[in-house]
Amino acid sequence: MSPLSERIVKALTGDEAAAEAMRQINPDVVAAYPITPQTEIVMNYAQFVANGVVDTEMVAVESEHSAMSACVGASAAGARAMTATSANGLALMWEVVYIAASNRLPIVMTVVNRALSAPINIHCDHSDSMGARDSGWIQIYCENVQEVYELLIMAVKIAEHPDILLPVMVCEDGFITSHALEGVKIFRDEEVKNFVGEYKPQFSLLDVEHPVTYGPLDLQDYYFEHKRQQVEAMENAKKVIPRIFIEFEKVFGSKYGFVEGYKIDDAEIAIVALSSTCGTTKVVVDKLREKGKRVGLLKLRFFRPFPKEEIVESLANVKAVAVLDRSESFSTQGGPVFTEVKSALYEVDRRPLITNYIYGLGGRDIDTSQIEKVYDDLGKIVEQNKVETAVNYLGVRE
Amino acid sequence: MANLKQLSKIPERLSGGHRLCAGCGASIAVRQVLLGVGDSPVVVGCATGCLEVATTIYPYTAWRVPFIHNAFENVAATISGVETAYRFFHKKGKIKQKIYFLAFGGDGGSYDIGIQSLSGALERGHRMVYVCYDNEAYMNTGIQRSGATPQGASTTTTPAGKVKSGKMERRKDLTAICVAHRIPYVAQATISHWNDLVTKAQKAFAQDGPAFLNILSPCPRGWRFPSDKTVEIAKLAVETGFWPLYEVEEGKVKITYKPARKKPIIEWLKSQGRYKHLFRPENEHIISALQEDVDKQWERLEKGFLV
Repeated sequence: MSPLSERIVKALTGDEAAAEAMRQINPDVVAAYPITPQTEIVMNYAQFVANGVVDTEMVAVESEHSAMSACVGASAAGARAMTATSANGLALMWEVVYIAASNRLPIVMTVVNRALSAPINIHCDHSDSMGARDSGWIQIYCENVQEVYELLIMAVKIAEHPDILLPVMVCEDGFITSHALEGVKIFRDEEVKNFVGEYKPQFSLLDVEHPVTYGPLDLQDYYFEHKRQQVEAMENAKKVIPRIFIEFEKVFGSKYGFVEGYKIDDAEIAIVALSSTCGTTKVVVDKLREKGKRVGLLKLRFFRPFPKEEIVESLANVKAVAVLDRSESFSTQGGPVFTEVKSALYEVDRRPLITNYIYGLGGRDIDTSQIEKVYDDLGKIVEQNKVETAVNYLGVRE
Repeated sequence: MANLKQLSKIPERLSGGHRLCAGCGASIAVRQVLLGVGDSPVVVGCATGCLEVATTIYPYTAWRVPFIHNAFENVAATISGVETAYRFFHKKGKIKQKIYFLAFGGDGGSYDIGIQSLSGALERGHRMVYVCYDNEAYMNTGIQRSGATPQGASTTTTPAGKVKSGKMERRKDLTAICVAHRIPYVAQATISHWNDLVTKAQKAFAQDGPAFLNILSPCPRGWRFPSDKTVEIAKLAVETGFWPLYEVEEGKVKITYKPARKKPIIEWLKSQGRYKHLFRPENEHIISALQEDVDKQWERLEKGFLV
């Protein structure tokens, strides 16, 4: 292990960092289609292929549906397959996203979060990947470029673990992270190569001596058991991923968990959020802490498997929680992160008061003053010991 | 030319006991196509449809070769992923033997919902043989019209009624569309002319790029004919000129079988219940239009043009 201080630091955007991680992973097959704001990943990777710095066979397909279909074919043929997409691209590949997970194919995909149409919009929100939360994929949400780079490398190891074998989505915020330049500490190529190792598939279509049938018709007599096995794989993921965190830390020095608490231990009020908004929230936490307010942040890094135990543990002693959702579920009962966090807290003896803020749809900026307002609101909720409005909209004209 | 004695020695890769209907043309097409690859290793992909559901009911499979079904519209993209993985492993020296790649789609999965995936794969030049087993409607869901359904045929979504005479539109020419991709080999075949079909399959597998075979596969249920007549019906399609047998290499069209005397289209129409309503006096003009279509197509083919 080389200390972090010895790492090369490169100025990279989120998309460039994803491409850089992919270069070091050096997957066997990449099948992808361009869509803003994911395009830079595909472009950068195509250049690596053109320059012969990777061994990958790249398939520039005619749609995202075919991108995921080709990844399924390649993965079933025993190849390490990767792709990337955004928004409508993810929506188009929807059908095959489920098929990839159901066939237990460890495909890794960067999702550069972007609002779904209509109206068409190219900027960040989480409506794309949140819609895919029940597709059977593992979902990781990255706060910044460094996390995109590191978690994409880790994702390969998670996906291919024999006790997991599930595809992984690594999500980064469109433009906010994908196009923002950061200094990124880069690992040595050899370290990454050794960490991800070689993918050893159990059943390959190219093992012609041992023919297998992928994707058979599965009716009332077996389908249910196969779905149950998928749940078991997700339960296994919950158990196995912490071991991968430890292994990652040993090799690369970075410490990871399903969630990241920021000044949460003694917090009286807390925000729960995903992705880049956590960075903004940390600034506000620091500012309010200076004023003596006991505020904290719980960042959910994984949304699948859902880190229930970690959420409960982190929030059990908090008096009031605000969950920030960058997507709408149209249930009128709040966003997906809110409903699931709220459900996780149901069995806690002294469960905190909880409220939801939908924010940032279609790339609407969220700034520190808005987050301060959320903490102010939480303060009032604690004072009054009740939540007036369960679902709030932050930064929208009403 | 295929030799029957030699062909008889090739192991069957699609086992018996699958659940396709008695008299199904698709399974005959599959077995003849597989004869074209001999006993070489082959990976088969299949679009959702009759062939897929009837051959892979879990925990059983009728496939003695590696097989993948992904979804309805994406068998071409799926097999292109498998073939790409092969190219990777071959390049790295991890797989040395030659493996062939074969995709099956019905007319629904090829003419309609899967045409984009097919077009993309052909354009990208993957080394694969794509076979459309064309039974001229969505048979798996119960005989709905497709882009391959011929004009005048009654289907459950274009039923013949008091004011409609079955499907009003002409079928699209997928074979010509594939030719327009300028791939190495494209052919039309059917199961009654087994030697023609197997020879075309052999040629298709021999290409260093994509090849497309459009195989008319009669469907007793959907076309309404007795299940012991499948081969005769296919033969009639050829003899009437409804389904010309030809191949296109390097853009050159070659008719591979010429009926000595073309039978009138009416004989083809009479053989199947789906055309029954055409014999009502008010529909006479449709029969004439169909005859005219067949004649014109044949004329063009003889001159070496598809459209």
